[in-house]
Order: sequence, then structure tokens, then C-alpha cells
Amino acid sequence: MTGLRAAQGPYFGDFGGRFVPEALIAALDDLSIAWDKAREDPTFGLELSGLLRDYTGRPSPITEAPRFARSAGGVRVLLKREDLNHTGSHKINNVLGQALLTRRIGKTRVIAETGAGQHGVATATAAALMGLECTIYMGEEDTRRQALNVARMRLLGAEVVPVTAGSRTLKDAINEAFRDWVTNVETTSYVFGTVAGPHPFPTLVRDLQKIIGEEARQQVLDRYGTLPTAVVACVGGGSNAIGIFHAFLDDPDVALVGCEAAGDGIDTDRHAATISKGTPGVLHGAKSYLLQDEDGQTIESHSISAGLDYPGVGPEHSWLASIGRASYRGISDAEAMEAFALLSRTEGIIPAIESSHALAGALALGRELVEGGARPEDVTLLVSLSGRGDKDVETAIEWFGLTEGGGPGLRGADEEADR
Amino acid sequence: MTRTSGAAIDDARAQGRAALVVYLPVGYPDVATSIEAARTAVAAGADVVELGLPYSDPGMDGPVVAAAAQAALDGGVRTADVLHAVEQVAATGAATLVMTYYNPVLRYGVETFARDLAAAGGAGLITPDLIPDEAGEWVAAADAHGLDKVFLVAPSSTPERLELTAAASRGFVYAASTMGVTGERATVGERAAELVARTRAAGAERVCVGIGVSTAEHATEVAGYADGVIVGSAAVRALGSAPGPDGLAALGELVGRLRAGVERAGAA
Ligand SMILES: Cc1ncc(COP(=O)(O)O)c(C=O)c1O
Repeated sequence: MTGLRAAQGPYFGDFGGRFVPEALIAALDDLSIAWDKAREDPTFGLELSGLLRDYTGRPSPITEAPRFARSAGGVRVLLKREDLNHTGSHKINNVLGQALLTRRIGKTRVIAETGAGQHGVATATAAALMGLECTIYMGEEDTRRQALNVARMRLLGAEVVPVTAGSRTLKDAINEAFRDWVTNVETTSYVFGTVAGPHPFPTLVRDLQKIIGEEARQQVLDRYGTLPTAVVACVGGGSNAIGIFHAFLDDPDVALVGCEAAGDGIDTDRHAATISKGTPGVLHGAKSYLLQDEDGQTIESHSISAGLDYPGVGPEHSWLASIGRASYRGISDAEAMEAFALLSRTEGIIPAIESSHALAGALALGRELVEGGARPEDVTLLVSLSGRGDKDVETAIEWFGLTEGGGPGLRGADEEADR
Repeated sequence: MTRTSGAAIDDARAQGRAALVVYLPVGYPDVATSIEAARTAVAAGADVVELGLPYSDPGMDGPVVAAAAQAALDGGVRTADVLHAVEQVAATGAATLVMTYYNPVLRYGVETFARDLAAAGGAGLITPDLIPDEAGEWVAAADAHGLDKVFLVAPSSTPERLELTAAASRGFVYAASTMGVTGERATVGERAAELVARTRAAGAERVCVGIGVSTAEHATEVAGYADGVIVGSAAVRALGSAPGPDGLAALGELVGRLRAGVERAGAA
């Protein structure tokens, strides 16, 4: 299987396309053309790489996590530190590119959807930096779960609109953002936050996020002289995962593992495990796997992590799953929170709960490989640490009962760390 | 014999007026009342009925239609109910289209949906999130079953896209009066007349205008340049303005006024 990196959309295998109202087609065509030009334009490239270096702080380092790795069968665990980016997650990589593109095509306003608030914060940040007007749509449920990020966006000068329709989470925020876009498309860019949505968004966002894997692949080679055994990332819409997977797509010996949110458990009906449990359909402008009922109505997803609480997934992931190039597994809320606590205690890094799904996936995968006969010293797992957990402290307080002296939930993590 | 939307529009044209098209979502406020509402609209002068198939993520709908769809889904409406409603409403003799987002059709099976819709006496589909470029499967199924394919155009559509859409459509082309979602507006966008002219120039036989058409005055204005006047949110709001017979009466009165508005344009 070679040449997978060349896939450009609008279709990835059977997945992708543009299932949107005609009113948006002109804007999507304009965006496709603008992006095709910009990515070939050295001036744009220099401007973007300058911002990524001087504003975001790229390249992000890789950090070895040996104390954490003891719980992963003693294999080598490497963290790609997107949490160290300005604004605290990988989302900024995409947003700076799209904001530059907005300026280039002469629009003055950006809108975005956000779940965890990280994409909203990144968009508000880029808007402040470039003097663009900014409106962020966020499900009302998420504005509660992620109150800190709502305040950050407002400090950055963005208008935050709580969305009260449907399940009041990310999917409804996307619907509302599309409604705004179709109405204001002449002045407004929709800065889409993940590799889902109609073409060209899956390609555009992928192109802007693939720097994660390009850097990491070289960093691992430079430091260890070998490619990783597997690359592990959490999958909401799938942007950090595609971002870190992409550089490895044509390295057939490197396993690619996406971790979907399994909520209460993969066999319950409260999860967000779109590829593991969904079926192909159309949602938010693209054909891809989605959680839907017999009539094609979207089923509400559930996850402790707002950023993974989405019943759809990007079409390139559906394709990679369908051809067997990447595999996808479910990680429950409890498994993610255990990994969240473990990384905090063992490495001094508080991860985003989204990223904790990838960490939990790495714990399980490391143990499985060693149980399957691999020698721990031969296994290297590269994990996308897509964001930091500051925004999640409130959720952690509730989950672990972190009142005076620490709750019972944390003791397990201590014991793991000391083993 | 199923009445097509083209025949309904041509008959109105023969009477020297534009056709009146009324949108109502199935299952709002409940399935039986929504069928009754469609019959009421036909009795009050609607030439074509668009039955909405409620969908969980109605990205092209404003608050009135979106809330009605959500209420219908909360009430348990199913795709099968929509096909049942089509049968009941088509029996009135009115051309009966289904307006639906694509995923429920895809999930049902595009060919199976076309077969069952045709068997129920439905005229065809209006597909707000399906452009002809992505519609290969639906076009084949519609052609096999002789169904109308109503695609949309918007003020932002280029001449090339107007041609593509006009060529792919059967029945009529749905011209969105303005850039935006469904909902009542104080005025119908001034770009609507220009869009109708451009769509005709691109080869469309019949062009109907929707989005924002709310009052008899709007109906008169739009009927002055288009082949049909489409009213959605205002009809849904009238139906929802009071429970039971009073809502139906309010809808009937609104449709009567709209029909008079359409006829005024014909007389002018
Ligand atoms: C830190 C972090 N990781 C991951 C995600 C999930 O998005 P994606 O799957 O597009 O990377 C989010 C989304 O909010 C996030 O904030």
C-alpha cells in the first residue's frame, strides 16, 4: 500500500464529497481554489511557517515518558507535545493557516464551531492576531462543561453564541455555524475545526495539521534511528489523528491506531465511537461513518470529553479504516480518566481529556504487544498529546472527587506509578 | 395517475397565474394533524404540497422549521410515516413532493425510497443538501420511477451551475430568494427576480421561489416574475399558532390569502 499520502479529496475511496446546499458551493469552490494557490505560493508558506515558529512555538518537542510507560508493558512511549503550542492544543496549526487564507481572499469575519473550546479559543486567538471579527458557536451543554474556555474566547474579543438546538453539543454548533455561513458568506470564512465537513475542509485541515507527523517522524528518526511501531491518537473529527498519521501513511510497518471515545463503554448506547460502531451516511456535508438510527437520524454521542463528543468523523479516517490502513478502538471515560491521572502523576504533564484517550490506547496497546511476545525494548509508541488539561480541571474535580487531600480515585494511579 | 409538479404548475399557468406551493413537515404537531393540515392547504388553494421529512440536523432551516422538525422527531415520526402521509395527501389530487435532507433517503436505500415514494403517489423529491454533482444515484432512481427531481439554485450560483442544475431538474427549479436559511422575512430578497431570470436563461422550464415568502403581498410580488411561490415557515407558524382545529383554521386562512395574492398578480 503506497501512495496513500497523495489522496486529495473530494473523495477518499467512497467517502467525502460535498453534500451541502447549492448556496455554499460558490464559497467552497472559492476556498478550494484559494487553498490550491496558497499552498503552492512561497510567500504564503513563509508567512505561515513564520507564525508557526514565532507565535505557536513550533516545532513541538517529543518527550519520552518512561514512568508512564511502565504501565504500558514497559515499551517506549513518546509524546508529541501539541499541548505546548500557544493556546494549548493542535487546533492552532489549522487556524493560523485558515485565518491567513481568510485575509488573502479579502474576508473580514471568521466563524467557527467548538466542542471542548480549544478550536474556538484558537480561532478567537488568530482573529485577534489578524484583526478579524469572530463569532464562535458552542453547544450550550459544552459552554457549561468548558466554562473556562468560554471566558478565554470572550477575553480574546470573540462573540460566543451558546447553541440550544438538538443535543446542545458540537454537532448542533456545526449546524448553527453553517446557517451563519450560508447567510453571511460574502464577508465571512467558516474556519472549520477538524477534518470533517464538505470538501475542501477535510483536505485543507489535513494539509495544515500534517506538520505534526512530519515533525514527529523526523524527530523519532533523528533521536532513535528507527520509525515507531505504532502511532496513537484520539479521534473526534480526526484532525490531530490525521495530522500525526499522514506522514506515516506510506510506511506500511508503522501501525496507525485511532482512539475513539467509548463513553460509558463500547457496548453501551452511550458513546462516540463513530467508526467502531457507526455506519456510512451523510452528515455535515460529507459521506463518512456516523452514528445514526434506522431512519438515518443522527444519534447523540456521549463522552466525558467535549472534544470527542461528536457522532461523525472525517472521511479520510473512514477510508483508512475501510482499507485497513488504520485501526480504531474505543476508550471508555473511565479508561481515559485513569490515563489522565497517571500521566499527571508520573510525568508532570496534565493532558487534555481528549488526548487521554490516546494515552489510554497506548497503555492498552503496549501491554497487548508485550503479552503477544514483543520485547518491550523493541516497541516504540508515538502518542499525539493533542492538548493540555487545564480546561479539564473542573471535570477532574468531579470525576475524582478532588476535595481536600485527594479523592479515592487517584490512589489507583499512584499505585500504578509506583509499581 | 400521479400528478407531477410540472403539470400542476402548467395548469396554474394556463389559468394565467403562478402556482402556490406550501411546505409542511410530517409529524408536526402529530402525523394525523400534519396530514389534515396538508389537506387543508390543498382545499384553501395550494397547487403543490411539499411534505417535509423531519431530520435531526436540518442545516438549511431557520428556527421555525427546525423546531417543528424537532417536535415531530420527539413525537416519534418515522420515514414510513412520511410515505404514508404522501399517500393520503396525493389522494387529494394535489402534486405531492417530499422535501428531505439526503441522509434519511440514503439510509432507506435510494432506489427503494424512489420505488416506495412512487408507489405512494408522490411526485418526487426536493433535496436541499444534494447538488446534482453528488446526485447520481438519486437521478438514476428518479428516472427509473418517473419522479420529479427538484434541485435548488441560489443567488451565488454561477451561470455554469445554473445550467447544470436546470438540466438535472425535472418539475421545477427551486430558487432560494436570498442567501440564508428558511424563515419569514420582512421582504423577499431583491436578488430573487434576477435569479429567476438567470435560471430561465440557463434553460429552466419552470422556476419557483422560496425562502422568506411569508405574506400575500410577497406572494403577489413573486408571482409577478416566477412560475411558483413557495411558502414554508409562515405556514408552519400558522399551523402551530393554536392547537387542533384553530391551528388548521389559521393555516387555511393564510393559504387562502396567499392564493388570493398569487391571483392578484395574474390579474395585474
Ligand atoms: C486537545 C484536543 N484533542 C483532540 C480534539 C478532537 O479533535 P480532532 O479529532 O479533530 O483532533 C480536540 C477537540 O476539541 C481537542 O481539544
